Amino acid sequence: MPSIHRPVENSVMTPLVEIRHLSKFFPVTGGLMHRKTGEVKAVNEVSFDIFRGESLGVVGESGCGKSTLARLILSLIPPTSGTITFDGQNINGIGKKQLRHLRRKMQMVFQDPHSSLDPRNSIYRSLEEVFKIQKVPLPQEKINDKISELLGMVGLKPEHCRSYPHQLSGGQKQRAVIARALALTPEFIILDEPTAALDVSVQAQIILLLQELGDQFNMTYLFISHDLALVDYFCQRIIVMYLGKIVEITPANLSQKQPRHPYTKVLMESVFIADPLAKTQAPQIKGEVPSLFNIPEGCAFENRCVYSKDICRKKSPELLEAQPGEFVACHFPLTYEGKHSL
Amino acid sequence: MTLLKVENLNVSFKTRDGVVEPLSNISFEIDAGEILGLVGETGSGKSVTAQAIMGLLPFLDGRVSAGRIFFNDQDLLAISEKEYQQLRGNQISLISQNPMTSLDPVYKVGDQIVEGLKLHMTITKADARKRAVDVMTSLGIPNADKVFNQYPHQLSGGLKQRIVIAMGLCADPRLLIADEPTTALDVTVQAQIIELFKQTTRERNIGLIMITHDLGIISHLCDRVVVMYAGNVVEAGRVESVFAEPKHPYTEALLKCIPKLGMADRSLHAIPGNVPSVRTYPHGCRYHPRCPKAKAYCMENTPEIIHVKNTQVKCHQFTAQWRTAS
Repeated sequence: MPSIHRPVENSVMTPLVEIRHLSKFFPVTGGLMHRKTGEVKAVNEVSFDIFRGESLGVVGESGCGKSTLARLILSLIPPTSGTITFDGQNINGIGKKQLRHLRRKMQMVFQDPHSSLDPRNSIYRSLEEVFKIQKVPLPQEKINDKISELLGMVGLKPEHCRSYPHQLSGGQKQRAVIARALALTPEFIILDEPTAALDVSVQAQIILLLQELGDQFNMTYLFISHDLALVDYFCQRIIVMYLGKIVEITPANLSQKQPRHPYTKVLMESVFIADPLAKTQAPQIKGEVPSLFNIPEGCAFENRCVYSKDICRKKSPELLEAQPGEFVACHFPLTYEGKHSL
Repeated sequence: MTLLKVENLNVSFKTRDGVVEPLSNISFEIDAGEILGLVGETGSGKSVTAQAIMGLLPFLDGRVSAGRIFFNDQDLLAISEKEYQQLRGNQISLISQNPMTSLDPVYKVGDQIVEGLKLHMTITKADARKRAVDVMTSLGIPNADKVFNQYPHQLSGGLKQRIVIAMGLCADPRLLIADEPTTALDVTVQAQIIELFKQTTRERNIGLIMITHDLGIISHLCDRVVVMYAGNVVEAGRVESVFAEPKHPYTEALLKCIPKLGMADRSLHAIPGNVPSVRTYPHGCRYHPRCPKAKAYCMENTPEIIHVKNTQVKCHQFTAQWRTAS
């Protein structure tokens, strides 16, 4: 394995971000008076830790709440309930000024680099803006030096700072966005589908760059993606979400005999491996994703699960530790040789 | 039996800054009952190839500047627009990327399937409806009778894509072209739809051209693969031989830059540089600026398609001239 895979066991396992019972419900209004007619439980009672220096993956299909989760952690939207602690500090309801200060330490890279850069600003201005907004007390020359350094770090040339977004390719734009995220030397970066808009050959460039930077600065990443193979490659731990809830937390480097939740297994089987010799079996799943307005009682995955039993319709399973470091929310978790059921 | 044959196809587009050529020297063929994959990155010319076959290149601006397309031995470039209309949807169907934009939001989905049927054959309303429901049922749409009367917004993404496939299939075409049909779908739904394509083409013994950027889908679904790069075919052959032993450096690199879940080899290798745009195609071999094996010879000479073992490859490295060149 290349050296860029930071071994989990060597890092000191102290949490940087602690998330407890975090929920976000969006009201749904209807009718003439826009009365509240229901709610969408985008994130529902989610608890986990993000350890210092690790890359934690969040994987799930559209509507599972992964992007809402990212916005909650960065305090871009207020939670309905629950707490988020960043570096020992509770960040719920802190003042605007404190929040701005906190944002130096946490950054985000979005899916579409084209819409995250202002088309009227040169790359230089987009990067300079960060220092101005944060009122970093640096003389202009130092800022210029810093910008050149940042561009170099992400593999762009110094002359790219004069370019406008439309003059750059998708990969170059995403490099510029990463440079901007790194500008204030944050400790924590949320990557929300950072390569979904890029070609596969460029995707690999960006992934390798992020790994290299992660090693260099001992960065903590939260990597959000719908691509299980990519998350499995990039991260040390993986959170699997389904309809606003965590169904499994598992160490990465998944093998066929690892998933404990039937949904994780289905996700794994749905990935087409680019090797005609790879064993493929059709994923065992039925039905369709239920509407977020109307999440069934009991286990949310029940209607699509091939192992479902009576209790699954009645009682929602809790996220329990199956093995040290492995959590699963299922009444009948899958077992393999050498692994114990709950 | 050869269903479709594309020979040395060149397509050019008139733009404000002069003429560009997004496709040059594209050749491939597909038999009935065969699944052919067209794989490539953005701007490689996959979708333009589909448009050219369908006779749907932008009017005035785009045209086939050289080459020929044969469908069942009929020269598609020699027929009139009216004859083409009889062919499209009837003999050759196109399924496009986004099911949401292929369906009209104000019509019931069933009526949209029937519309195509009535255009191509004399059929009573009741028969058309029955046929549409039959096709929908065969594509695994539950309660097809009920879904027939629903509007697109009432259906999930996977169901909508099944409706679009039903539209493509109901006139019983001989060739189906699917342009990134699962990109807008979730992975579990994608797996179901790909399975559906496999089944349907086998059952009906029709040809399927699957256009995608996803090598996983190609490996799972296709019999043969055509790898495209910057408007050229760089490699073509049976899926097993191309994946096991890629000949073109681009194919080789492309296979190494996607993570493979659950496989022993977990390393990832990027291809340096960027995909060239149609205005900036390099001279000689179009891949040479990104190729680790490139010599000065590759910059100066355009490679020909040659046969190496079972595959066709457009690369100098298998020629004697290249070996002796500096």
